[in-house]
Amino acid sequence: MRKKLFGLLCVIFLISLAGTLAFAQDPAGAKTLEANPSAPVDYVWILVCAFLVFFMQAGFAMVETGFCRAKNATNLMAKNTIDFVIASLFFMAFGFAIMMGQDFKGLFGTTGWFLHGSEYDVGRYLMFFWQLVFAGTAATIVSGAVAERLKFPAYLIYSAVVSLIIYPLYGHWVWGGGWLSKLPFGAGHVDFAGSGVVHTVGGFVGLAGAVLLGPRFGKFGKDGRPKAIPGHSITLAALGTFILWFGWFGFNPGSTFSAHQLRIAVIAVNTNLAAAAGAAAALLLVFAKTKKWDVGMMLNGCLAGLVAVTAPCAWVEAWAAVVIGLIAGILVVLSVYFWEARGVDDPVGAVSVHAINGVWGLISVGLFADGTYGLGNTGAPLVKGLFYGGGTSQLIAQLIGAGTCVLWALGLGLVLFKVMDLWFGIRVSPEEELKGLDIPEHGTPAYPNFYTMNG
Amino acid sequence: MKKIEAVIRVEKLDDVMDTLEKLGYPGMTVTRVEGHGRQKGLVEQFRGREFKVELLPKVKIEIIAHEKDVDKIVEGIYRTSRTGEIGDGKIFVYPVDNAMRIRTGEKGDSAL
Repeated sequence: MRKKLFGLLCVIFLISLAGTLAFAQDPAGAKTLEANPSAPVDYVWILVCAFLVFFMQAGFAMVETGFCRAKNATNLMAKNTIDFVIASLFFMAFGFAIMMGQDFKGLFGTTGWFLHGSEYDVGRYLMFFWQLVFAGTAATIVSGAVAERLKFPAYLIYSAVVSLIIYPLYGHWVWGGGWLSKLPFGAGHVDFAGSGVVHTVGGFVGLAGAVLLGPRFGKFGKDGRPKAIPGHSITLAALGTFILWFGWFGFNPGSTFSAHQLRIAVIAVNTNLAAAAGAAAALLLVFAKTKKWDVGMMLNGCLAGLVAVTAPCAWVEAWAAVVIGLIAGILVVLSVYFWEARGVDDPVGAVSVHAINGVWGLISVGLFADGTYGLGNTGAPLVKGLFYGGGTSQLIAQLIGAGTCVLWALGLGLVLFKVMDLWFGIRVSPEEELKGLDIPEHGTPAYPNFYTMNG
Repeated sequence: MKKIEAVIRVEKLDDVMDTLEKLGYPGMTVTRVEGHGRQKGLVEQFRGREFKVELLPKVKIEIIAHEKDVDKIVEGIYRTSRTGEIGDGKIFVYPVDNAMRIRTGEKGDSAL
């Protein structure tokens, strides 16, 4: 053990030494400021946006717990906290280097382990923090799809693997200068704020988990027909949705990674419009079916619109954002019924919101991008889709990226959950599931001074 | 001494408490209960899927009253809590053997 530790320390030392020699670093920030006197506005903009994205963790926690039963609320809080804990540590140690380090043949990054050596630099730390809050978001999406039945240790391992491999590698391909960003179609595969990198990845890993876990007790009747398992608080679900909606104003506009890109105004408007359109479409569609104003589905629709507009938000006009949102709202409703009809139990609709609409968001860039804005700046290459005379080139790049993302996330997700299942079993015992996970797994009921119905 | 037990609509509780106070019975025990009668619950909806709620929330009021007051109390609860719709609830009357006020040790009618 000691030998291993010593070896590890030596490796870290050597890496840091190599890094120190290779690059100039600026841990204090004075040199950066001298070279670029307008840097502070960018730093403040990016950090404030990153803080907003961090706050989305609270949004996910509230949406998920609101849509699930009171007997699992402690467990959901535990999972939504621990995934960011694990993401922070693992992304610092390895994930960031794999994602944003120096590119190796378009596949993964190779520098920047432990934020050490040349990484000890204000600019790199800024980049790290921004990428970290996104990695945390990707990890936390899954907890909704596997809610109310996944063992806590399985969730710990899953969070580590997402922050170490699944998220950073795909992220490198799109945002770290990897092969998808260099596709010879359109401007390469583009994903402005992460419909694919964050949401499709999280959503499809969640689908893998939900499929391998199987449905919760009581989700399907003896005849196999799906039943509703009402969540314990629409109030918390709505609060969570508002927090996410608010956080998205950091998620999308902050992805310019610069306050000097005044396109942030367009991005903020598009983000909001898609959320509104998604909520409206889902609400009206369910009303047409059941003659009830279904708030739960409206909240899902709102999030679906946000997920979908995340990729195209910087490249489309307002009307297109509305159309993208409307389609997202319809897709989320159809998808919820689709997966239920196939026996997949996704307690909070994470697959329908993030996986399906993440893919839709990627594709929509190839259709609606209007050619007025480039890759995070106003210069060429501009991103232009089918409806603006860009031909099918960008659409092809988007389809390749989306297909890769689905295969990658779903494939690795299935392998990950299957291996854990064979190793120690990922599902809690039937007794624990019926009691709720709060007391058997954590010893703490979420609402000890309230009478809660445990069904 | 009689015990009057009324299972009524949750939203009628305040009105019924007023009525009982006017009749000289400010004291009572109220329990939040669940159940269903012949209507057998109702249909609710969650994230686009309807489901049946078999047990509906009601409140149960228990009052111990002097024999002579029983009829007017039952009448009072009936008048106040009735809507004429399904789910108005039921009133039961039982005999009570004895009662004791714990603070003073009084027994029987004077304990009420």
